[in-house]
Amino acid sequence: MQDFSFKKPDSLDAAVAALEAQEDGIYLAGGQTILPVMKFGLAEPTGVVDLSGIADLVKIEVTDKVVSIGAMTTHAAVAASVDIRRALPGLADLAGLIGDPQVRNRGTLGGSIANNDPSADYPAAVLALNATVVTNRREITADDFFVDMFETALEDGEIITRVDFPITDCAAYAKFANPASRYAVAGVFVAKRNAKTDGGVRVAVTGAGPVVFRVPDMEAALDGDFSPDAIKNISVPADGLNNDIHASAEYRSHLIGVMAERAIKTAKETNNKGGGAQ
Amino acid sequence: MPKITLTVNNEPVTRDVEARTLLSELIREELKLTGTHIGCDTSQCGACTVQVNGQPVKSCSMLAVQANGADVLTIEGHGDGETLTPLQNALHEHHGLQCGFCTPGMVLTADALLRDNPDPSEEDIRHELEGNICRCTGYQNIVEAVLAAAKTMRG
Repeated sequence: MQDFSFKKPDSLDAAVAALEAQEDGIYLAGGQTILPVMKFGLAEPTGVVDLSGIADLVKIEVTDKVVSIGAMTTHAAVAASVDIRRALPGLADLAGLIGDPQVRNRGTLGGSIANNDPSADYPAAVLALNATVVTNRREITADDFFVDMFETALEDGEIITRVDFPITDCAAYAKFANPASRYAVAGVFVAKRNAKTDGGVRVAVTGAGPVVFRVPDMEAALDGDFSPDAIKNISVPADGLNNDIHASAEYRSHLIGVMAERAIKTAKETNNKGGGAQ
Repeated sequence: MPKITLTVNNEPVTRDVEARTLLSELIREELKLTGTHIGCDTSQCGACTVQVNGQPVKSCSMLAVQANGADVLTIEGHGDGETLTPLQNALHEHHGLQCGFCTPGMVLTADALLRDNPDPSEEDIRHELEGNICRCTGYQNIVEAVLAAAKTMRG
């Protein structure tokens, strides 16, 4: 790894200034992706601006409508949060499935979605729950945030401060994990939402395509009948899905259906147990 | 060069380090604590696991400067070096290691697990050890050792 200057500012403004002072600077969140990338020489920043000194970025706030999570909150903290588990158990479950314990102890929500790895877990929750990504400059809806592989709506120097997840009455995530990396070969987050007031069910798929995407056919079917049977005959075509050493596009296409059914089943069970919020 | 101050195995450490220095490099090359092993160096295998403020992390995927002010525990700080801890003893009794390369990381992850969850199920243990790869044992005896250690520690 080539050497770089290191700054750990204690405010958003200072972080922006520190980044702007660099010819080729990057923000550092948990480092679980960027540090291995830098070790491979695939990124060679001249300056690293560590966001961990900004206290406001680590927090979990749960109201009766929204789960608000600070961008530098670790996956381990989300998975262990009793409040999140009560309000959105599917989100806590997802956080507990990211990587492994060591990665969850360092990796952060903001880092994950800013990186927008096509196989990352969080983008599926952000998109399916219709979350709002809040930055130091604006609010970005989930549908606008994830642009393409490793590409988001974030502008140069923009910092995610928190993500607001609207609470729905039942939601769950299921993924087929790569056995070595635990990245999603295909992961599906299903969120049941009121069709009249909240735009209906949302189904988001990660791992299978170049970027997280929704499945409108499944969403429409689930609006009428929120059950695994409702989507039995709906498939996402293999065309355009990822095809690599881990899984063929056809296999990923098949996995989307299986994972969606599992997520729906889990969401219904969670709701029946009264674990989900109203 | 950034100056960092941290605690390693209860000893204060102050060093000037290049920003690019990994925590694993500081531990092994600067502090000569070579019980922390580098397996893959790509954040997959967990051999380099240490505890930072009580939480297991992969020291090859953390900068030394990120550990500034932190409390770091390496395998050399687990137990007193004379008497085996319940976890070490259980790994011995249950043949939980063969080549031993993954063992320091395995111990530090399991140690944190047992602190958080004194009565883990087999499933809990397998889930929590997912970040530590062992190419010898097939994990069965490691899981049995952690179960046994938990029982001993509960008394």
